Amino acid sequence: MIAEFGHFALTLALAVAVVQSTLPLIGAARGDAGLMALAPAGAMAQFGLVALAFGALMHAYIVSDFSLAAVAQNSHTAKPMLYKIAGTWGNHEGSMLLWALILALYGAAVAAFGGNLRDTLKARVIAVQGAIGFGILAFILFTSNPFARLESAPFDGQSLNPLLQDPGLAFHPPLLYLGYVGLSTTFSFAVAALIEGKVDAAWARWVRPWTLAAWGFLTAGITLGSWWAYYELGWGGWWFWDPVENASFMPWLAATALLHSAIVAEKRDALKAWTVFLAIVAFALSLLGTFLVRSGVLTSVHAFASDPTRGVYILLFLVVTVGAAFVLFAWRGPTLAGTGRFDPVSREGALLINNFGLTVAAASILLGTLYPLFLDVLGAGKVSVGAPYFQRVFIPMMVPMLLIMAVAPMLSWRSANAGRAVASLKWAGVIAFAVGFGVWLSIDRASALASFGMALAAWVFAATVYELATRSRTWRGLLRQPRVSWGMTLAHAGIAIAVAGMTASSAWKVEDIRVMKPGETTEISGYQITFTNVVDLRGPNYTAMRGTFEVRSGGAAVTTLQPEKRIYDVGRMPTTEAAIRPTVLGDLYAVIGDPDGQGGYVVRLYFNPLVAWMWTGALIMVLGAGLSLSDRRARATRPLDASAQAAA
Amino acid sequence: MRRLLYLLPIALLAALGIAFTVGLGRDPQKLPSVLLGKPAPSFALPSIDGSAGGFASTELKGKVSLINVWASWCPPCRVEHPILMDIAKSGIPIYGINYKDKPEDATRFLANLGNPYVGIGADRDGKVAIDFGVYGYPETFITDRDGIIRYKHVGPINKLDWERTLAPIVQELMRK
Repeated sequence: MIAEFGHFALTLALAVAVVQSTLPLIGAARGDAGLMALAPAGAMAQFGLVALAFGALMHAYIVSDFSLAAVAQNSHTAKPMLYKIAGTWGNHEGSMLLWALILALYGAAVAAFGGNLRDTLKARVIAVQGAIGFGILAFILFTSNPFARLESAPFDGQSLNPLLQDPGLAFHPPLLYLGYVGLSTTFSFAVAALIEGKVDAAWARWVRPWTLAAWGFLTAGITLGSWWAYYELGWGGWWFWDPVENASFMPWLAATALLHSAIVAEKRDALKAWTVFLAIVAFALSLLGTFLVRSGVLTSVHAFASDPTRGVYILLFLVVTVGAAFVLFAWRGPTLAGTGRFDPVSREGALLINNFGLTVAAASILLGTLYPLFLDVLGAGKVSVGAPYFQRVFIPMMVPMLLIMAVAPMLSWRSANAGRAVASLKWAGVIAFAVGFGVWLSIDRASALASFGMALAAWVFAATVYELATRSRTWRGLLRQPRVSWGMTLAHAGIAIAVAGMTASSAWKVEDIRVMKPGETTEISGYQITFTNVVDLRGPNYTAMRGTFEVRSGGAAVTTLQPEKRIYDVGRMPTTEAAIRPTVLGDLYAVIGDPDGQGGYVVRLYFNPLVAWMWTGALIMVLGAGLSLSDRRARATRPLDASAQAAA
Repeated sequence: MRRLLYLLPIALLAALGIAFTVGLGRDPQKLPSVLLGKPAPSFALPSIDGSAGGFASTELKGKVSLINVWASWCPPCRVEHPILMDIAKSGIPIYGINYKDKPEDATRFLANLGNPYVGIGADRDGKVAIDFGVYGYPETFITDRDGIIRYKHVGPINKLDWERTLAPIVQELMRK
């Protein structure tokens, strides 16, 4: 009964979306306040209805209602409650409903917080958001109905893939979707501005917080996914350039570019058409990601629920949505010429290079991801593009970006003296050189490239700290820095810390694989590791073999590592649960494998240097986004008021 | 001229749309192989450490075998690996062609996850993979007692693929 109620709410939401996406547009064109007022009301109603439907579906998972096809296929009574709940979005139907829910949430947020928007712009933004909602809801109702009933309910469900039964992964999709779908808001802003034919500083100012929110969530979601791969898949790596990982990384790159170009559009009335274009592209890449995951056009480890009809629908949706936006862009774009002029060497110039680099990076990842498909379509045979391509192309592109990133905040708007800016960073240069040379001398003379990577990280970090110091001058000045500018400082420092982590953990990973018998001791990176015993355990829905390892350093006990190998009852699928001891300098990582039949076990030990820096750096970036958003000035909607000018 | 620039995104989207539409009709897992029913190309690959005698086509004669093309940098190969270990345990010989891999990475991969292969040839420049018409990784061929290619599977073999498709073919060929 509750499921039917959810289904009904979803159908009603579709009807609301029709109203929300049409009447306010007519109202905005005619200047009819009554019709325009339907927009916020519609957005609220749509959010309420989709939330009801989502609640009904979650209820079905919690009570294990196996008469619903989606629940029977993806849940099981013996699953812990957290994973029953997470199971709501751990499959195709449910995750599309989550998509729709978050879309409606952003629509409602524009309605609630957009009080200072121009009436026509607000009505149009919400209408476009409603049109996207219409497409997604129709997709759910007609091709992937989560409330479809089975003829006869099975006794128990087929359970969720054990690899996905993990707290990190339970929250990975919602965060990632908050990012992906958040870009729909910037898209709606761009389309609304194109309909109005007006992109001004106020528009750019309104777009920035929405971009920032989506970017923050996307950063958090990607990080969580990478962290999960690191500890759950048990092979010590954290990024595999898989098509689906790329699908989340491309919108991130585009959103990062948008974040920067919107600043230029707001402060300098330049790069306006480009900013609008990026806003469209960022969401187009999000949709492309959805398409790649659901349609099965590419082979990927993540690809789930491949179904050609769904693929056709999403493709159609993608082409219509983005196509319409691009047609509008071709029509209105040429009229959006900005008034701001600037020299090549200036803050604008540096941000332009940033945009160029990020866009080219996103394009080359797109090319690598889709290249196998293109070749196939052209009849040139099938190929697979792997990590070697992406590493060779992506990493060299990031080097000039990081070099310039340190200098850009020191440049003044319009025209800057590059010599003076670089000269002021001489100490950052000295620190970077010392770090790079020190690492090369003391750690690794074989890999000059890795030492260069550490030097780059130090360069960005030192320059970011120096920029903050010159900006605040005194300790009191430091405390008076507006939160928006702290946001930039933290995001840049976070990047530097993450780059150090990525470089070190890729270059200096220590690995030891051996057969050990209980009682034996081995050594890795200065730790003595004693294999104490192996016990069999019973978990809620799995049996496990747990090894215990005593870790000592220089005679003193450090910690106990207890990696597990689990076999889940349903499907008999084995998973590894690595035991990790994170420290500032590196992670000690232990995995236990199969017994060799003679009393020994295959044991894998890793020392991953600075890997925690990567997650910490990403967390600092997210914190920066949050801090920036919490600043009233970032959300102030009256453009270019005095305080905002001072913050700039 | 400037106008044309603004039309560019539409053109790109249209191209992408057409490519996807054509691509949707194709299953990336299903590929014809011109080699089906023909003898495996002849080759003699060195082993991963560079020494001679890794894997030569002459070894295929006289038994039903699997030939698996893999690389340590290919995530689906890792996903497939446990299945290969199980198949190897059941006594069916699997030969590996290690595609464009660094020797140290390939060695580490096998040390980490186990070695299911009775012989491995290192295809450093990918020439043998081209002879086999390999498109994607991993890819697995089944050859019969005369060394003739009887089946080709693209992408990782999962449990169902093995039980429903590949294992019956192997058994059928063994019975002949």
